[in-house]
Amino acid sequence: MSERLAPVKSAPAEKLAPAESTPAEQLAPAENAPAEQLAPTENAPAEKLAPTPSHTVGPFYGYALPFPDGGVMAPAGHPGAITLHGYVRDGEGAPVPDALVELWQAGPDGSLAGAGGSMRRDPVTGGFLGRNGVDFTGFGRIATDADGHWTARTLPPGQPGRPGPPGPSESPGRPAAPAAPYISVCVHARGLLHHLFTRVYFPENAEANAVDPLLASLDPARRETLVATAASPPGTYRFDIRLQGEGETVFLEFR
Amino acid sequence: MTGPGKARHGKARHGKAGKVRLTADMALTQSDIDRELAQIRETYDKARAEGAPATDHPPRDFPPYRSSVLRHPKQPLVAVHGDPETVELHTPVFGHTDITAIDNDLTVQHQGEPLGERITVSGRLLDSRGRPVRGQLIELWQANASGRYAHLRDQHPAPLDPNFTGVGRTLTGDDGSYHFTTIKPGAYPWRNHENAWRPAHLHFSVFGSAFTQRLVTQMYFPGDPLFAYDPILQSVTDDSARQRLVARYDHALSRPEWSLGYRWDIVLDGPSATWIEEGR
Repeated sequence: MSERLAPVKSAPAEKLAPAESTPAEQLAPAENAPAEQLAPTENAPAEKLAPTPSHTVGPFYGYALPFPDGGVMAPAGHPGAITLHGYVRDGEGAPVPDALVELWQAGPDGSLAGAGGSMRRDPVTGGFLGRNGVDFTGFGRIATDADGHWTARTLPPGQPGRPGPPGPSESPGRPAAPAAPYISVCVHARGLLHHLFTRVYFPENAEANAVDPLLASLDPARRETLVATAASPPGTYRFDIRLQGEGETVFLEFR
Repeated sequence: MTGPGKARHGKARHGKAGKVRLTADMALTQSDIDRELAQIRETYDKARAEGAPATDHPPRDFPPYRSSVLRHPKQPLVAVHGDPETVELHTPVFGHTDITAIDNDLTVQHQGEPLGERITVSGRLLDSRGRPVRGQLIELWQANASGRYAHLRDQHPAPLDPNFTGVGRTLTGDDGSYHFTTIKPGAYPWRNHENAWRPAHLHFSVFGSAFTQRLVTQMYFPGDPLFAYDPILQSVTDDSARQRLVARYDHALSRPEWSLGYRWDIVLDGPSATWIEEGR
């Protein structure tokens, strides 16, 4: 064992000193950088820390991120469950077979509290148990199949913070028009260096959609890309995601 | 990566002639990619010199990474200024039922020990104010020590390791800390261009205190000679932003006769509900 602990002076020189021509980006940050600079405490001044850059999810997330029942968000047998599905397509209309679609939404009561247990685990085998059949976690994750298709079974989203009709208690600072209910979508894919956000609105809520601040701000043709199409049987909705080109989906940035 | 995996090169789709100027991808050499990268860097440096702000994230349209060509929107993103009830300012919840006790040790998930250099990766998950993001999910996936993923589409001639899958999960602690034990992944070839190699990296998937803060990224190891050649890392054109993807070797985290320690803090971008309540 002692050989493995040999002092560094016996190590080959090239392991000790990087070549002088090493580009700066290959060098580790200065070793004497105080930890505080890297991880400010809560008392730190409000100076903004620079974010960690995004990267693509790549083609090989399939054995890591998707989980069984990832798209089965509605508790089993729930009478109000809806089916939401669609295709992810690229700039030439070809299916994207290696996209990952994530959904996040309010419960039917408008609650955004969510719940744990989306990817409930079996402590015996390390495998996945599926959801607990009772709680609505509000989170879904579905990998597209070879056709670029994804399906979720979920509950219709309620309107956050607006359990009832607007009343006199409305604070004056609020937007005049409340947002219509929607499901938030985050799209990841090989080839996409930074994920994309979009939203699924529902055709039944035509009145609320008409005054929704985001939908109302969009050109009508583009606005359509955010409203799911009712299909048959009832309770089925189609929502395609076009990453580029004709009918390109409206994607969002948050400020 | 181009094509559905390393096994098939993205000779892209060239349906409409001239639409994509990237014809004959197979003939693309590293020098072609280097030239494109240099051009993009030059444009960025010039803009910076003229007072443009630094860019933290890669552009979605980044031709040296061929797979981005048909997969980025051409319309500008639509800005949303949320109120506190904006769905995206809240976030999915994960709890102790979503992980098992050994999820953050990728070296103990099989009967035998994986081959490779055992490492630990530790750091903190912070928001842009430096506040810890507590109890949130971090997922990690990676290639094995030979540079091969446990994925059918990865068919490059390097051995799979029956004792290594390469998937980990953990919840951050009260101080935002996380900790993984794993093995150092190998570099591997891909078919973006001729003789393309990815530097060794760990994939990370991270949730914040708002869905807007969602982050999927890759962590690199210091001193990797492949950095300069990799269009994915180089898609982050800003030098200091790119440096933030490289972990720091921390000898204090290395454990005698056991593992080498790396430190990597993750800072999330994007607004959160508290950020709005504070008046920004």
